Amino acid sequence: MTAAVETRTRTRSAGGSGWPRFLGQKLVEFVVAIGALILLTFALVLLVPGDPARIAAGIDASPEQVAAARHALGLDQPLLAQFWNYVVGIFTGDLGQSFRTGQDVTAVIGVRLPFTLTIALVAIGITLVVSVMLGIAVAALTRGNRNRWLDVGFSWATATLQTLPIYVYGAILVVVFAVTLGVLPAAGAASPASYVLPAVALTLAPTCSISRIVRREASAVLEQDYMRTARGWRIGRLKQHLKYALPNLLASTLTLSGLILGNMLGGAVIVERVFSWPGLGNGVVEAILERDYPLIRGIILTIGALAIIINLVIDIILAIVDPRVLRSGKAFA
Amino acid sequence: MTATAPDTVALATAQTASRRWRMHPILLSGLILMTLIVLTAIIAPMFLSTSANALTDQTRLPPGPDHLLGTDEFGRDLLSRALVATRLTLILTVSASAISVVLGVIIGMLVWLLPDRVRRFVVGVNSVAVAFPSLVLALVIAAILGPGAETAALAVGISSIPAFVRLTVNMAAPVLGREFVGTARLLHVPRVIVMVRHVLPNMAEPLLVLAASNFAVTLVELSGLSFIGLGVQSPQYDFGLLLSDALAAIFTQPSQVVGPSVMIMLTGLAGMLIGDGLAASSNPRTRGSRRASRTGRLGRTDAVAAKSEAPVQVRDLRVSTGTGTELVRGVSFDIAPGEILGLVGESGSGKSLTAMTLAGLVPEGVNATASTLVAAGNDMLAPADPARLARDIALIYQDPMSTFNPALRVGSQLTEVARTHLGMSRGAARRALLERFEQLRITDPPRRLRQHPHELSGGMLQRAMIASSLIADAKLIVADEPTTALDVTVQAAVLRQFAAAARELGASVLFISHDLGVVEALCDRVMVMHHGEIVEEVTAQALAARDVTHPYTRKLLDAAKYVDAL
Amino acid sequence: MPETTAAEPLVRIEDLDVTFGSGAHATKALSQVSLEIAPGESLGLVGESGSGKSTLAKAMVGAGPITAGRIVIDGQDVGAAGRGGLDRTLLQMIPQDPYSSLSPRRTAGQAIAEALDPLRADVKKHRDTIVEWLERVELDAGAVDKYPYEFSGGQRQRIAIARSLCIRPRLVIADEITSALDLSVQAEVLRLLAALREELSLTMLFISHNLAVVRHVSDRVAVLYHGELVEVGEVDQVFRTPQAPYTRSLLDSVPGGPGFILRDDRAHDPRDGADERTGTPR
Repeated sequence: MTAAVETRTRTRSAGGSGWPRFLGQKLVEFVVAIGALILLTFALVLLVPGDPARIAAGIDASPEQVAAARHALGLDQPLLAQFWNYVVGIFTGDLGQSFRTGQDVTAVIGVRLPFTLTIALVAIGITLVVSVMLGIAVAALTRGNRNRWLDVGFSWATATLQTLPIYVYGAILVVVFAVTLGVLPAAGAASPASYVLPAVALTLAPTCSISRIVRREASAVLEQDYMRTARGWRIGRLKQHLKYALPNLLASTLTLSGLILGNMLGGAVIVERVFSWPGLGNGVVEAILERDYPLIRGIILTIGALAIIINLVIDIILAIVDPRVLRSGKAFA
Repeated sequence: MTATAPDTVALATAQTASRRWRMHPILLSGLILMTLIVLTAIIAPMFLSTSANALTDQTRLPPGPDHLLGTDEFGRDLLSRALVATRLTLILTVSASAISVVLGVIIGMLVWLLPDRVRRFVVGVNSVAVAFPSLVLALVIAAILGPGAETAALAVGISSIPAFVRLTVNMAAPVLGREFVGTARLLHVPRVIVMVRHVLPNMAEPLLVLAASNFAVTLVELSGLSFIGLGVQSPQYDFGLLLSDALAAIFTQPSQVVGPSVMIMLTGLAGMLIGDGLAASSNPRTRGSRRASRTGRLGRTDAVAAKSEAPVQVRDLRVSTGTGTELVRGVSFDIAPGEILGLVGESGSGKSLTAMTLAGLVPEGVNATASTLVAAGNDMLAPADPARLARDIALIYQDPMSTFNPALRVGSQLTEVARTHLGMSRGAARRALLERFEQLRITDPPRRLRQHPHELSGGMLQRAMIASSLIADAKLIVADEPTTALDVTVQAAVLRQFAAAARELGASVLFISHDLGVVEALCDRVMVMHHGEIVEEVTAQALAARDVTHPYTRKLLDAAKYVDAL
Repeated sequence: MPETTAAEPLVRIEDLDVTFGSGAHATKALSQVSLEIAPGESLGLVGESGSGKSTLAKAMVGAGPITAGRIVIDGQDVGAAGRGGLDRTLLQMIPQDPYSSLSPRRTAGQAIAEALDPLRADVKKHRDTIVEWLERVELDAGAVDKYPYEFSGGQRQRIAIARSLCIRPRLVIADEITSALDLSVQAEVLRLLAALREELSLTMLFISHNLAVVRHVSDRVAVLYHGELVEVGEVDQVFRTPQAPYTRSLLDSVPGGPGFILRDDRAHDPRDGADERTGTPR
C-alpha cells in the first residue's frame, strides 16, 4: 500500500488545555449569543414597517390613543435610552407590561414557562432514548447490506413520518385517545394525564430525524478501523456496540442533534396550539396576532435563551463524552 | 510516449467523483411523485376552482360518491380544495426554499473571502442564529412584517438561511484545503473565480441533497405558519390553512383532516425521496449491484492437500467479491514456529486480504474459500473458540491513529483481551501490560494507561499495540504494514523491538509490507504477491542478492533500487 | 551553515524563524534556517515529521507566516510581497497528494488551461500547448478531455507536474510528491521529473522524508531536524560522510541501507526509540 502522506506533527497543546479553557470558551460564546439575542429582540419593534404605536393601538385609534400607545411602549424616548432601559429591565426582571392586558410580562412568562419546559424536557428525553436505540439497532442489523428490507423500510418510514406535520399527528392522537378511547384529555393542562399527548406529539418528527442521524453515524462508526481492531480482539457483539461504538457515536450524534433538539421549541409552539396548552408557544402566537410588542419581545427572549442553554448543555455533555472536544472546542477534533 | 504499464488503482477511492451516474430507484420514484404533484398544481385550479370555492348549500356532507371527501361548512368540495391548494403551497414552498438555498450558499461562499478574524466573527454570529429555533425565527419575522402569504414565505426562507450558511462554510472547508485550490491560488486565479470554478462544483452534490430535504422541511414550516394563522390568509388557502379549518371541525367531521394531511405528506415525501435518491445515486457503494451480499464468508473447498505440522498452513486460498471478481487466487504457504515470513506487494495485490482472512477476519461483502486454513494451530474453517483465537493470534495494523478507539483510554482498550479471554483481573492485566510497556521502552507507562490515544505519538501507539499482543503469548502475529505510517528513525527502533519480542515468544509472524528494504532486513523468507497470486517465494538473502526469477520481482527490485536503496 | 556559490543565488533564505502561537504556547517550527539555492540547482530538503520542512515550503510560497528573517527569491522578498504578491512565473509548487492535486470536476485539459490562463481557462484556445505538455509528461493527447478519476495516481501526479511547469516557473517546489504512490510508480514519476529538470533547466527544491529519493534527484541536500538545519552539503558527500549525529542515525534507519540492522546483537541499542536530541523516547 502507499506510504503515509501526511507528516504527523504531534501537537500536544502546551498548557491550558482541558476543562478550564473549554469552559471559558463556552462562557464567551454564551455571553455573545445572549447579547445577540438581546439585540435582536430589542430591534424587533423598531423593524416593524410603519408605526408600531399605531399598529398596536389599532387602525381606528385616535391620535391620543396612538400617542398613549407610543408612550406605553416607550417609543417616545431616544433610541439609546430605550435600549438601556430594556437591558436594565432584563437584569432586574422587569420586561414591561403587556400592551393588551397590562400584566407584567415577567409574570406572564413565569406562569407559562413551566408548562412549555415540562413537555419539552420530557419530549427530549423520550426522543433521545428511542432514537439512539432504534438507530443503533438498524445500523447493526443492516451492516454489509443485510436485511435490505429493514434498510429501505426504515428510510421510508422515517422519511414519511418526519414530514407528517405535528398538527396532523396531534390531531390523530386527539381523535384516537381523547375522542375514541377517551383515556386522555384532549386539551388544557388540568391533570398530569394531560401532559402525555402534547409531549408525545412533540417527539415524532425529532425521533425520526435523530434516529436517521444515529443510524447513519452508527453505520459509519461500525466501519471504522477501531471497530475492526475490536473484532480482532474477538469481543462479543453487544460489548462491541456498547463499549466501543457508542461513545464515538454519541459525539457526532449530539452535535447534529443539538439543532434538532433546539428546534423542538418551535414544534412546541404548534403543539400548544393543537392542545390549547397554556405555555409560551400559545402565548407568543396570541401576542403576535394582537401586536402586543412587549409581550412578544419577552417571550421570544425567553425562548431564545432556552434554545441557547439547550445547546450549551449539549456542548458540555459532548465534552464529557468525547475528550477530544476539550482540545479544540469542537467535535471531530 | 504514452503511458505504459497501468498503475494499480486503489479499489474504492472515496474521493474521486465518478461521472458514471445511474439513477437510483428512490430518486426515480421521487421524481415521478413530484411530477404528479406539479401537474396537480397546474391543472387542478383550471378545472376544480368552482367546486373548491363556490359556496353551496351542500354543507358538511360526509364522504360520498359525489364528494369523495365530503364538503365543508360552506358546502365546498373538500377534495377539490385540497388539490387546488397545491398551487399556492408549491409556489410558496419553492420560493422560500430558493431564498434559503441561494442566499445561504452565496453568503456562505462570501464568508470564505473575508479576512480570518472577520470570518470567525461572522461564523460565530451565524452559529447563534442557527441555534435559534427556525420556526421561532420565522415567527419573529412574521411579528415584524405582519401575517400574510408572502411574508410567510419570506419568513420561512430567511429563517433557514443561517443553516445553509453554516452548511456551505463547513462543506467548503475541506474543498479549500485540497491541493488543487492551493495551486490555483499560486497560479493567481482570483479568489472569487476559485470559489465558483472549483469549490462550488465540488459541493454541488451534497448541497443538492440538502436542498431537496430542505424543501420538505420548508413545506412543513410554511404550513405550520398558516396553521397558526400567521401565514396564508383567507380567502386564499394552502394546506396549512385547510388543516386549521379541519382541526376546528375535528370532532364533528374528522374526514376533513384527510385531504390536506395526505397532500402535505405526499409533497414532503416527494422532496425527501428526491433528496435521498440523489444521495444514493452519487454514492458508489449503494449503486450497482443490488444483490444482497452477505458479510464475509469463509468456506472449505473439497480438495484436501497434504497436511504438515506447521502452526500456519494455507492451501489454495481464494477470495472474491460478491460480484465474482477474484482478489486472491489460490494462495498457499506455511509458516514455521518462530519464523518471520514477509509478504510483499503493491496496492491491489491482495496481501492484506490474505492476512485478514488467515486471521479469520474476512471483510464485508467478500467470500473466501480454502482447502486448508490453519492459524496458530486453529482450524479457521471450522467454528473456532473466540477466546482461543484472541489468545493465539495477534494483529497489528498500519495506522495507529485509526486502530485505537479515540473515545476510550489506552489501558482500557489494550487490556480487553487479557481480561475477557485470559480471565485476568483488572489489576493483573494492568500489571502485565505495564511490564511489556517497559520492555518496549514506552516512557512513563502508568500515565500512558490513563491517556487517550490522541495524546500519544504514532510510534508510542504502535509499541503499545505490540505490547498488548505480548501479554497474551500469541503464537501467530499478523503485522500489516505496522511501521509504514511512522517516521523512518522511529520505524527502525520499533522494528527492532518487534523482532526481539517475536523471537522471545517464539511466535510465527506474517509481516506485510510494500517496503523491500524492511522485509529484507527483518524476515527469514519473503513472498511476492501480484494481482492476487504469489509470484515468487525466496529467502531474504536471495532477495538481497537479487537472486530472483519472476519479472515482477525484478521490476520491484529495480524500482526499490531507484527509490529506496542508498 | 550557509554555503555560498559562485553565481548570484536564485533563492536566499536568511535566518528564518517561524513561530506558531504565543507566550506559553509558542512552538518554534523553524529556527535560524539559512539556505541558498543557485540557479539551475536542485536542493533536496530532508526531514521527518515535525522537522519544519512543510512550514518552510509554505513560507516560501507565501502561504505560511514568517516570524523573523527573510526569504528572497530572484530579488523579490517573499515576506514583503505577501500572499499572491509574487510573480506567478517566479515559483510554483507541485502538490503532494494525487487524490487532491486535481479538481475532480475539471478535465486534465482544463486543469492545465487554468495554469496558462487563470481567468478564462480556455481549453480550445490553448489546446496545442496543452497537448504538448501532456505528451511531455508521457500521457497521450486523448487525456485532454478526461477527468481525474479516469487516471491512476501516478498519472494524476504527472498532470499536476504539467500544470505547475507549463508556465515555466523559475523555481519549483516539490513537496513529497511521490510519497503517496506505489513503489514502481514512484520510480517512474521521479525519472520523469529528473528528465524534465534537465530539459527545462529547472531550479528545484525537492522536499522528502525519503533519503534515497533525494539522492537521485538533487545536487545538494539539507537536513532539517526539529526546525533546525543540522547539515547541508553535496549529496554524495553527506551520504558517505555525514557530519551531524542525526544525519547519521537517519542514514542508519533507512531499510536496505548499510547501517540498517534489525536482527543481531545490535538489536538492544540503548538509543532505541530515544529522541536524538533530548534522549527521551518518542
